[in-house]
Amino acid sequence: MKPEDRIKRRDKIRNFSIIAHIDHGKSTLADRILEKTSALTQREMQDQMLDAMDLERERGITIKLNAVQLTYTAADGEEYIFHLIDTPGHVDFAYEVSRSLAACEGALLIVDAAQGIEAQTLANVYLALDNELEIIPVINKIDLPSADPERVRGEVEDVIGLPGEDCIPASAKSGIGIDEILEAVVEKVPAPDGDPEAPLKAMIFDSIYDPYRGVIVYIRIVEGTVKPGEKIRMMQGQKEFEVQEIGVFTPKPVSKQELSVGDVGYMIASIKNVGDSQVGDTITHAARPTAEPLPGYRKLNPMVFCGLYPVDTNDYNDLRDALEKLELNDSALQFEAETSQALGFGFRCGFLGLLHMEIIQERIEREYNIDLITTAPSVIYEVTKTDGEQVLIDNPSEMPDAQQIDHIREPYVKAEVMVPNDYVGAVMELCQRKRGDYVDMKYLDENRVNIIYELPLSEIVYDFFDTLKSSTKGYASFDYELIGYKESNLVKMDILLNAEKIDALSIIVHRDSAYDRGKIIAEKLKKLIPRQQFEVPVQASIGQKIIARSTIKAMRKNVLAKCYGGDISRKRKLLEKQKEGKKRMKSVGSVEVPQEAFMSVLSMDED
Amino acid sequence: MKNPSSLYVHVPFCEQICHYCDFNKFFLKNQPVADYIEACGSEMRMSESVAPIETVYIGGGTPTALEDEQLERLLELIHKHFTIKPSAEFTVEVNPGSASKETFTMMKRYGVNRLSIGAQTFDTGLLKAINRDHGEGDVEASIQLARHAGITDISVDMMFGLPGQTMEQWQQSLIKLVSLPISHVSAYSLKIEPKTVFYQMWNRGALKLPNQDMEAEMYDWLYEYLHENDFQAYEISNFAKPGYESLHNQAYWNNDGYVGIGAGAHGYVNGVRHRNHGPLPKYLKAIEAGEMPWIESHQVPVNEQMEEEMFMGLRKRIGVNGHRFEKRYGLTVEDAFPGTVSKLQERGLLQKEENHYRLTRQGLLLGNEVFEAFLLP
Repeated sequence: MKPEDRIKRRDKIRNFSIIAHIDHGKSTLADRILEKTSALTQREMQDQMLDAMDLERERGITIKLNAVQLTYTAADGEEYIFHLIDTPGHVDFAYEVSRSLAACEGALLIVDAAQGIEAQTLANVYLALDNELEIIPVINKIDLPSADPERVRGEVEDVIGLPGEDCIPASAKSGIGIDEILEAVVEKVPAPDGDPEAPLKAMIFDSIYDPYRGVIVYIRIVEGTVKPGEKIRMMQGQKEFEVQEIGVFTPKPVSKQELSVGDVGYMIASIKNVGDSQVGDTITHAARPTAEPLPGYRKLNPMVFCGLYPVDTNDYNDLRDALEKLELNDSALQFEAETSQALGFGFRCGFLGLLHMEIIQERIEREYNIDLITTAPSVIYEVTKTDGEQVLIDNPSEMPDAQQIDHIREPYVKAEVMVPNDYVGAVMELCQRKRGDYVDMKYLDENRVNIIYELPLSEIVYDFFDTLKSSTKGYASFDYELIGYKESNLVKMDILLNAEKIDALSIIVHRDSAYDRGKIIAEKLKKLIPRQQFEVPVQASIGQKIIARSTIKAMRKNVLAKCYGGDISRKRKLLEKQKEGKKRMKSVGSVEVPQEAFMSVLSMDED
Repeated sequence: MKNPSSLYVHVPFCEQICHYCDFNKFFLKNQPVADYIEACGSEMRMSESVAPIETVYIGGGTPTALEDEQLERLLELIHKHFTIKPSAEFTVEVNPGSASKETFTMMKRYGVNRLSIGAQTFDTGLLKAINRDHGEGDVEASIQLARHAGITDISVDMMFGLPGQTMEQWQQSLIKLVSLPISHVSAYSLKIEPKTVFYQMWNRGALKLPNQDMEAEMYDWLYEYLHENDFQAYEISNFAKPGYESLHNQAYWNNDGYVGIGAGAHGYVNGVRHRNHGPLPKYLKAIEAGEMPWIESHQVPVNEQMEEEMFMGLRKRIGVNGHRFEKRYGLTVEDAFPGTVSKLQERGLLQKEENHYRLTRQGLLLGNEVFEAFLLP
C-alpha cells in the first residue's frame, strides 16, 4: 500500500468498545452491530456472537476480549472500518477492561432505561475517561414498559457529567437506534492519529495460546506498519521473532498483507511461550526500532487465593499443564506448587476475585477433565510476630502459632453499593454483619442511593455479592476497590475429622464470631460428608481448645436388597455409579470427603 | 459356557399396579394376552436349549392374572419347547387370593412344584399404602389351597422400609410369617425407582421413609428372628429351611446362564446377555418378523465375567468358591483383583475360609461397599 493510501485508510478507522453492566444488553447490541455491518450473513449469525466460550454463554458474561473488524457504509456514502473491542462487565475483570479500552479511541456506554447506571458501569466509565476515550451514551431497552429514559438521561448528566441530550435512545433487541449509534461512532469517535511510516509501535492487549500455532497476540498498531516475514522485537521481553501471519477477525480470522496505524488484529510469530509476549508490551521492528515504548499497563495483583488439588493424585501433572495453558491466556492467574498434609500435592492459586476463581476451576474441570478439590478462598494477611518479623500469609494453614503473633492486619476494601432506597436497611444490615465500617451515603436521585462502607476483603470474597443480590431482589449493584490493611482481632480455626487436623479446612475468622462459625461448619460438614464405615467426629478448634463438635454416624446399611431377577446390568450400573461417586471424593486420613466440603467452611448460613 | 439349564418366563400383566413396582408390566384389561402367550411360544422355539432344564420360574407382573386356560397354554408351550427334568424346581409367582384350587391343580399337572407368594406385609394399612390388591388373610388362604392341590414348597416375599412402617409392624408381620407352613422367605427393602408412583410422591416430599438406621435394625431383626425359626440366610435377601434353597435364584448368583422369555425379560446364553423389548407392540412385532425380540445384547468380556462372578456370588452366604473361580478364569481371586481381598478383610467386611470368599456378618449390610471393590478399574 502507498503511504498516502495508508493515511486515507487510517482516517476511516474507528476503534471503540462497549461498556455496560451485566444484562444491560451489551451482547445483543454487539450482535445488532455485526448484522448491520454485514460482518456475517444471517445464516452464519449465531446469537451472541462475541461470547464464544461456553462458560461465557452460560453465565451471560464476557470474559476474554475479542476484537472484530467491521465495514460500515455511513450516511455520507463513505466506507468506514470499525474495530469493535469487547470488554468484560464483571468487577473481577477490571484489568482486562483497562487493556481493551487502551486499544480504543471511543466507547459506547450502555445504560438500561429502567435500571439506570450501576456501580460497575461507573467504574468502567472512569477507566474510559482515564484513557481519554470519547464516550457515546446509549439508553437501551427504551421499549420496556418500565423504561424511564428521562430519569436515566438525568443520571448520565448528574453522575457522569456527560450532556444528557447526547444520549441515544435505543433498543438493541428490537433494532431501534442502531443506525444512530453507528453514525455517532463515525462522527464522534476520533480516527487514530499515528504515522504509518514511523517506526513500528504495536501494543499487545491480549494473547491466547493455540496448540497448533503457538501464541497468538492481539495487537493494536499505534504507529508504523507491519508485514509478514518481518523481524520484530518485544521491547520489554527483548526477544525477537519473525512474523508468520497477521490478520484481523471478522469475526473469523482473515490474514492480511499488512497491518497499519489504527488496525486492531492478530499476529502469529512462532512465539512458544506467552511469557515472551506480555500483555502491555510494545512490539517494534528489529531493524528499525522505535525509541520509546508505549506506556505499559498497571498489572493487577491477585486478591483471592485458594488451593487447587486433583481429586486423583495421578492428575497432578495434568493439572499443572492445565494451569500453565490457562495462564497463557490469563495473565491475572498466578499459581505455585504447594503441599497439603490432607490433600497431597497441588497448587496455591491467585485470582482477581471469586468469579475469576470459579471460572478457572470450571474450565479445568470441563476442558481438561480433571476433578478438583478447591480449598476455601483466602486473602493475604499481614502478620507481625512477637519478634517483630512480618510475614504475609495467603494460606490459613501457614498461620504462625497464636503465641508467636503480635497482631494481624487484613486487607480492606471501599465498597460502593447502589440501591433503590427501599433496600438501604437491608444493605446496611448486611454490611454490618460482614464487619463493615459505615463511611457515607449519598442520594443519586430521589430514590437511588449510593452507600459506602469499608469492609474486610475476606468478608466479601465468598458470598457477599450473592447475599446482596438476594436481599435486594437483584436491584443492588456493587463495586469495590482495595484501600489497604487494617488491624483485626483474627484467629485461626482448625477443623478435625476423626481427631485428625485437616490443614486444607483451616480458616481465619474474627474472634467474636469464632464460636458461631465453628458450630455452623461442624453441622455443615456433618451434612456434606457421607456416612463412613465408622463413626467420624467433626471438631472445630482454636489452638488446643475444641469450640464445636458434631458426629457423622457410621454407615449402617448399603446393600441392594431388591429382587432384580436376571437383570445383572442394572446391578452393575448401580455399583458403577457408586464407584464413580467415590472418585469425586478425596480420602483424607481415613475419611472420604466430597469436593464441596472444602468450600463449605466459608458458608455463613446454617442450612 | 454350557447350555443354560434355567428358564425364566415373564408375564407382564397385572390387575392392579403396586406403587413401588418398576418391572415391565401392564394393566391386564384390553391387552392381547393370547397373542402374547403364543409369541412367547415362538420365542421359546427360537431359544430352544439342548440341555435339559433344571429350574423354571414364571414371574411377573402377575402370572396368576392370566385365565387358567391361558396359563395352561403357557405351561404347555414350555414343555413343548424345553425338556424339563422330572426333578426340576418349577416355580410360579402367585398373587395372594388370585388363584383357585383348580388353578393350583392344573399347575401341579404341568410339573409346578413351588410357589412364590407376594405377601410383602401382613399389615392392612401398609398393604393399602403400597397399593396391593389383597388382604392380610389372602396369603394364608392361598397357601392352604395350594397345599390341598399338592404344592407344598412355598416361598413368601416380604418387604421392609415401607413408608411409615414401624419396627413393631415389621416384627408383627414376621411373627405372622413364621406361623405359616412355608419353607422359604425372600425379604426385600423398598427402593424408590423412577417411573413409579412412589417416585413421584418421593420427589414431592410426600413419602416418609424409615431412615438408614431403621432399615438396618429391621434387617438385623429379620436375620436373627428367621434364624431362630429355622430359616437360614443363604443369600442377602433369601432365607430357607434346610434343603429348600431356591435353585433358580442360585443360577443368577452363580453366574450361570439362563434363558429369558417374554417382554422385558433378560437372558444370559453362551456368554451373551440380552434384554428383550418391554413394550408389547415392539415385542410382538419382532416375534412376528421372526426375529429375536432383543433391544440390546452384550457379549460379556472375561473381566466383566469375573466382576459379576464376585458381586453376584458374594451375595450368597456360602460366598464365592475360589476353586471354581480359578477353574473358570485361570486366575485366583487375589490375582484377578490385586489387593482387594486383603483391604476388605482389614475393613472387616470380607472373610476367606476353606477357599470360599464370603461377606462377614457386618459385611452383609454393607454389601455394596464390597461389591464395588470388585469392579476392575
